[in-house]
Amino acid sequence: MPQIGRNERVRVSLTLDGKKVSGLAEPRMLLSDFLRQQLSAGAVHVGCEHGVCGACTIRVDGRAVRSCLMFAVQAQGCDIETAAGLAGEDGELDALQKAFRKNHALQCGYCTPGILMSVTSFLDSNPDAGEDELKDMLGGHLCRCTGYVGIMRAVLEYAAARRA
Amino acid sequence: MKPKPFDYVRAETLDEALDALARHGADARILAGGQSQVAMLNFRLIETEVLIDITRIEALDYIRIENGALEIGAATRQSDLKDWPGLAEKVPMLHAALPFIGHVQTRNRGTVCGSIAHSDPSSELPLCLAVLEGEVVLRSKRAERTLKAADFQLEMLTTARAPDEMITAVRFPLGDASAGHAFDEMNRRRGDFAIVSLAAVARQDSVRLGVGGVAGTPKVRNWSELRTGDIDEALNAFAWELGGHDDIHGTARYRRELVRRLGRQVIEEARSCRR
Ligand code: FES
Ligand code: FES
Repeated sequence: MPQIGRNERVRVSLTLDGKKVSGLAEPRMLLSDFLRQQLSAGAVHVGCEHGVCGACTIRVDGRAVRSCLMFAVQAQGCDIETAAGLAGEDGELDALQKAFRKNHALQCGYCTPGILMSVTSFLDSNPDAGEDELKDMLGGHLCRCTGYVGIMRAVLEYAAARRA
Repeated sequence: MKPKPFDYVRAETLDEALDALARHGADARILAGGQSQVAMLNFRLIETEVLIDITRIEALDYIRIENGALEIGAATRQSDLKDWPGLAEKVPMLHAALPFIGHVQTRNRGTVCGSIAHSDPSSELPLCLAVLEGEVVLRSKRAERTLKAADFQLEMLTTARAPDEMITAVRFPLGDASAGHAFDEMNRRRGDFAIVSLAAVARQDSVRLGVGGVAGTPKVRNWSELRTGDIDEALNAFAWELGGHDDIHGTARYRRELVRRLGRQVIEEARSCRR
């Protein structure tokens, strides 16, 4: 049974947006901090650090979760996806990002990467989700800029395009 | 904010977790989904010497029907229960309550048993456990015991769990097909902490109503016969007994008013789905 002392730093290896990577973490290091500081994953934004704002949302083994409510050591061997993995190698935005751009679904963009990960994860398991369910899903995110109208428009447009 | 340093143990089997608990007792905490606990650690509202992670114990990740109850293991996520195909038919109250629990992003990691272990007075699952008269299975290296909801939930954030025990499963009795069930709650935004939450089970003339968020634990009242004309008076008496507290989200008086108004709605809704 793996045991890690409080002052020990252990190597945590995981898959980040398709690449195998690793870094050092002590037990109390939050996954959000680990991704940003050790693995330079700038698409993980940190807002409240207590699970309320949704800025730090990533996909862990496919499911959208708060990375500020997990410890890095818990992510050993996990498949982690962030918004940085959405665009193509050449930097071309993916369909969801294009829908956000087209519908003015962001202003400062702080909340955006987390929302993108929630949307893709939710639609993967609920491809037929309607407006109410999508609003409910979006309820897990705070956006201080947009008023959500543009975000909903983008999400609905993207959901419809995925179904088509 | 960051938690105080702690030692981390990843238990791979139940025995490993129980060994670690026996060794560290009150100095240790079990980490399941962590959707409340990690936030509290980050805020330093709580601290721990040792964190025993049980999320990778596969034998605790299950949903099964046994002896007339739905049994849910300690590593089972709230999302998995919500998406479990038989839920609406087997335990309609849980089916009604689960969408109110946090957000999809927290249900994806939060566990059913963890919420019951945390015993927040405004949480949905402890309320369901109380109103359905469910059970909690506790294990230590010494023994296993099963407690009824009312014996497990002592007061706000306090349960009968001994320091070397952990919840391995919870059991919700299967709903009887003739009864009607309803759940509702009031909060500023869906997914936030409930200011008041209510769960009602209606059979022929009787009503069983549970209220969360007003007293320190979910409180349940049984009326063996409740005529429509008597509902308001019954709820008013119940609301006064519950008392309530003032906080930033609402006054005690507002909470009692919610018990009266939402109470009536959930009772009527439960009655309308009796068969
Ligand atoms: S930073 Fe994780 S939810 Fe706000
Ligand atoms: S765009 Fe600024 S917080 Fe959402």
